[in-house]
Amino acid sequence: MATENQGAAANPANRPLSPHLQIYRPQITSILSILNRITGIGMILATVLIAWWFLAAATGAEYFAMVDGFMTSWFGLLILVASLWAFWFHFFNGLRHLRWDAVKGMGMKTVRRSGWIAAAMSVIATVLCIVLAM
Amino acid sequence: MSFITDRKRVDGLGSSHSGVGHWMSQRVTSIALIPLSLMFLFPFIRVLGADHAVILQTYAHPYHALVAVMFFIVLSMHLQQGLQVVIEDYIHGHRKRIGLLIANKLFWGGVAVIAAFAIAKIAFSA
Repeated sequence: MATENQGAAANPANRPLSPHLQIYRPQITSILSILNRITGIGMILATVLIAWWFLAAATGAEYFAMVDGFMTSWFGLLILVASLWAFWFHFFNGLRHLRWDAVKGMGMKTVRRSGWIAAAMSVIATVLCIVLAM
Repeated sequence: MSFITDRKRVDGLGSSHSGVGHWMSQRVTSIALIPLSLMFLFPFIRVLGADHAVILQTYAHPYHALVAVMFFIVLSMHLQQGLQVVIEDYIHGHRKRIGLLIANKLFWGGVAVIAAFAIAKIAFSA
């Protein structure tokens, strides 16, 4: 009983808590699920940056040169390339979610396979886009 | 003993106090973003790094201007919806949560308006 009540302070009603992430062995399904949220949040920065870039382009040549200079600096490009991968991951993993919403492809084997495919596709698409951008 | 049905007893007691409507509109923006994000991304990565004049010329074209405006509006909606779920999941405490939910809506509304204005200005002044 003593060990069971260790979480009592954080859980005053002593209801069963959701299992903690740390005690699970990482699996492709759980990792990709977490990555979907992280990549979504991660794209906030690039979205704001690109909106700012458009605003700068509309404002004038001098202001644009400054913002565009930041966007195409090594730091700006690092953000954009990371966001590009985040986009492609969220895109392909999002397609998996939309398929599940239609109650398709939900068998464990299929779920794992589509997960690996989405992960691989996100890397391939990112590399292709970098090549296309150059 | 209460005469309330089980459904009525639990309705609205989830972490967000509502659900299906929000969930559905999140799917709508997801589906809309499949074509929109691709239509925006490919021209954008090709034109990024070009001179100011080339950028203005590109987004002055009605196709690119409209795609970019529609993309930013739907993207802002989708980011707002996604972040709302994150806030509802992780932020506890009524005041903090409500404050962040309002800030989230205003922020993405602002981003959409700023992007739409900027692109419209480029399109109309070329």
